[in-house]
Amino acid sequence: MASAEEIARAADRKDIRDRWLLSAPALIIILVAATGPLLIVLVYSFLTSAAYGGVEWKFSPEAWVSVFLERDIFDDTLSLADANITIFWRSIKLALMTTVVTLALGFPTAYFMATRSEKTRDLWLFLITIPFWTNLLIRTFAVLQIIRNEGIINTLLMKAGIISAPIQILFTDTAILIGMAYVYLPLMVLPIYASMEKLDFRLVEAGYDLYASRWQVLRRIILPLVKPGVIAGSILVFIPAIGAYVTPSILGGGKNMMISNFIELQFGQAHNWPLGSALAITVMVIVMIALLVYVRNTGAASGERRG
Amino acid sequence: MPEKPDRNAIEVRGVRKVFGTGENAVAALATVSVSIRENEFFTLLGPSGCGKTTLLRLIAGFDYPSAGEILLYGDDIAPQPPFRRPVNTVFQSYALFPHMTVAENIGFGLEMLNKPKAEVKARVAEMLRLVRMEQLANRRTSQISGGQQQRVALARALAPQPKVLLLDEPLSALDYKLRKDMQIELKRLQGETGITFIFVTHDQEEALTMSDRIAVMSAGRILQVGAPRDIYDRPADRFVADFIGESNFLKGDVTGTDGGRATVKLSSGTEIRASLPEGFSPSGSVTVVVRPEHAQLAAADGGAALQGTVENVVYLGTDTHFHLRLDDGVPFIVRRQNARGGADSFAAGSRAGVVIGGDAAQVLRD
Amino acid sequence: MAKPFSIRHQPGFTAIAALCFFALYLPILVLVVYAFNAASSTAEWGGLSLKWFQSAAQNTQVIDATVRSFQIAATAAVIATIAATMAALATTRTPPYPGLTFKYAAINQPLMVPEIVTAVALLIFFSRIKIFTGYSGLGYLIAAHTAFCIPFAYLPIRARLENMDLTLERAAADLYATPWRAFRRVTLPLLWPGILAGLMLAFVISLDDVVITEFVKSGGQDTLPTYMLGQIRRGITPEINAISTAFLLLSVAIVTLFFFVSRKRD
Repeated sequence: MASAEEIARAADRKDIRDRWLLSAPALIIILVAATGPLLIVLVYSFLTSAAYGGVEWKFSPEAWVSVFLERDIFDDTLSLADANITIFWRSIKLALMTTVVTLALGFPTAYFMATRSEKTRDLWLFLITIPFWTNLLIRTFAVLQIIRNEGIINTLLMKAGIISAPIQILFTDTAILIGMAYVYLPLMVLPIYASMEKLDFRLVEAGYDLYASRWQVLRRIILPLVKPGVIAGSILVFIPAIGAYVTPSILGGGKNMMISNFIELQFGQAHNWPLGSALAITVMVIVMIALLVYVRNTGAASGERRG
Repeated sequence: MPEKPDRNAIEVRGVRKVFGTGENAVAALATVSVSIRENEFFTLLGPSGCGKTTLLRLIAGFDYPSAGEILLYGDDIAPQPPFRRPVNTVFQSYALFPHMTVAENIGFGLEMLNKPKAEVKARVAEMLRLVRMEQLANRRTSQISGGQQQRVALARALAPQPKVLLLDEPLSALDYKLRKDMQIELKRLQGETGITFIFVTHDQEEALTMSDRIAVMSAGRILQVGAPRDIYDRPADRFVADFIGESNFLKGDVTGTDGGRATVKLSSGTEIRASLPEGFSPSGSVTVVVRPEHAQLAAADGGAALQGTVENVVYLGTDTHFHLRLDDGVPFIVRRQNARGGADSFAAGSRAGVVIGGDAAQVLRD
Repeated sequence: MAKPFSIRHQPGFTAIAALCFFALYLPILVLVVYAFNAASSTAEWGGLSLKWFQSAAQNTQVIDATVRSFQIAATAAVIATIAATMAALATTRTPPYPGLTFKYAAINQPLMVPEIVTAVALLIFFSRIKIFTGYSGLGYLIAAHTAFCIPFAYLPIRARLENMDLTLERAAADLYATPWRAFRRVTLPLLWPGILAGLMLAFVISLDDVVITEFVKSGGQDTLPTYMLGQIRRGITPEINAISTAFLLLSVAIVTLFFFVSRKRD
């Protein structure tokens, strides 16, 4: 007969095996239709471009060289690829600006929501959730109708006599910034609200009791306590913003490309799959760095609280 | 070897339970053996973390022992999953199914045993009557009070007529008055059903009130098993004496033993008689325990065993506690029952003697 | 009389919040209003009319894309929810075991990688499989959608499970329920709101997807969002407003339902 120890160990082993079996379908689907193909992108970025899309199975570092460098077609010398760098720079700049704008607007909004009474809080949460789950394409389209030359903003300004000709907002970087701030605002508000809701306002009372001004209470008590929510919100906005595709392609027009549109171009008219692959990997690396910063920050924050 | 009829419901033989592995391994139970008789109200008593709940969970089958055997009427049930053990549990949090009615909760076990519908219905009705909950049969468990939930949990565990009922601190969530009522109720149910109860608690009063026998546990070990009166009057060691009731500890030297008793010379020089734990014959220095209500105050210098100064008088309604400092510096408490209109005869600061009666002292095993 | 000091007040915050809520809803409102515009351009207002809803409803391309969107979303959401439920059961309410962290990482992986990267990866991968097998049906889109829906379905189910006490399953086992019956009679009914929330989340996420669909779809496999993207790029007509309005209504309905399901506490 099996000893008590063997029985206990067999039960543990069976539990772990069952847990692997249970998670197998999800893991397999994700491996086949999400994670696995990423490795193929890495392989493609080192192959030679075929003339009409696709690749030739021949190793070439050319794609990676041309991510940041340009080969002169006459003398083969390398120089910085200004066009590519401009696109990368625009993407990072716009993503950062979107983060800052949504934070500046989203923090007070989350604070406002969290300081409502228990009953109405759910209503405000609902109001912020609706745009969040509304199709991003539709929301971008809605922004387009507002800011275009015949849109409500220009019409009102002209009717009021403030301007005589419509201001060209559409198809500029500003349009992309407005659009991204609009579509990603709920992503900033929700996590900040989540940590703000847990904030113990007796601590704020204690702050005022100890002679802090409103600004000092905000700066020294509220902000440190909701910092995890602020970081989470910033990362949740920055990551989709840097890889945004729909918003720049609708509001930015053909000229003001962000990385995503540039990648699409490589797989479309430019017929340069290896370069597209290399660019895709580069975006992924940027996002991974942002995530790493996030993990280290939150890790340090929770460490502080424990220590 | 001929089999002799086994009257033990549960026999725990050399059971160990270790959580974690390697450096993180923690022994929740350090090789425990205990027998629980049929139809007994048996209590596992100890502070939190002493291993009492772990032992209960091993009997229920929610954990497997790391070593040893657990016999139910002679059969080793340690390898069996909980749903094959004819043992039911009343959980500390009750664990009533929130999506079922009171009646559905009570009938769940019988349903799982594939009993015919009519039998389930009849048995549920009987159980509802037993715990006096007939009116609330179709309520959701979230719509009834804590005390009522407690009764449902009991009825649910009793419905399949288990061979042993396990109760994991079932009264801890109730307020004082309700707890008192439920103590009596539990005792009544045990009498009526004739099922062996194994009751886990950290509350000594609860244990003393209800149990036929108590096992006092600490740090994964069973320190003493006995009837409530035995445990209280004759604690085997310092932990038991300290954990159950209040105690005075006195140091002394054994000068002689006869039968179950010893003569102990206290550090003050007086000799007193004290009972010995079973099978224990000490020599040299020992500790003697005296319960506060087993000692009496007497006039100072009147030939009492101990002399001291009253430091504090605490009036508690039913009785009064006199906190003394004995002349050799040891603290000592005497409890005296109050009579109506009686005046405090010993004020703080006054001198007093302490009389220790013939059967008041007990030598500790230490 | 002086106003009593409010500890919750911060100057300007309420104004900013009001501006945000106004700005969030104004464009949506304008979009809906213009859906009822009788004029054939969104630049002018020609009075109330339902004609753009009618023309959208008669547009076979719109109908096909809508049907396809629902086919994909329903299939992907159901498969993703089943897989996510199983995965959630396997990764919660357990002491850490070898591989647990890997599972968390793997399940959440689609959330960590920008959509465009996944889209490109699937384009490459599926284009090879298409050549290899000759199959070019909706299967590719369904597989892709299922994969990125899993983490979304997983979130509410896992949250619900983590709030569920293992004691209830222990109680069921104690009352002679085999593991399967304990799951059917106790775990599943209690987990149901989480599963429903996960299903709805997955459905909405799949229905909304543009980027991955745009790259994975074969010719003639437009979903409603990719069809709309194509139309918007070509120049806008109020028909798009009408389609958007209908789509919006559906989203709001699902969100409302989701809100109630996920808030339901028993």
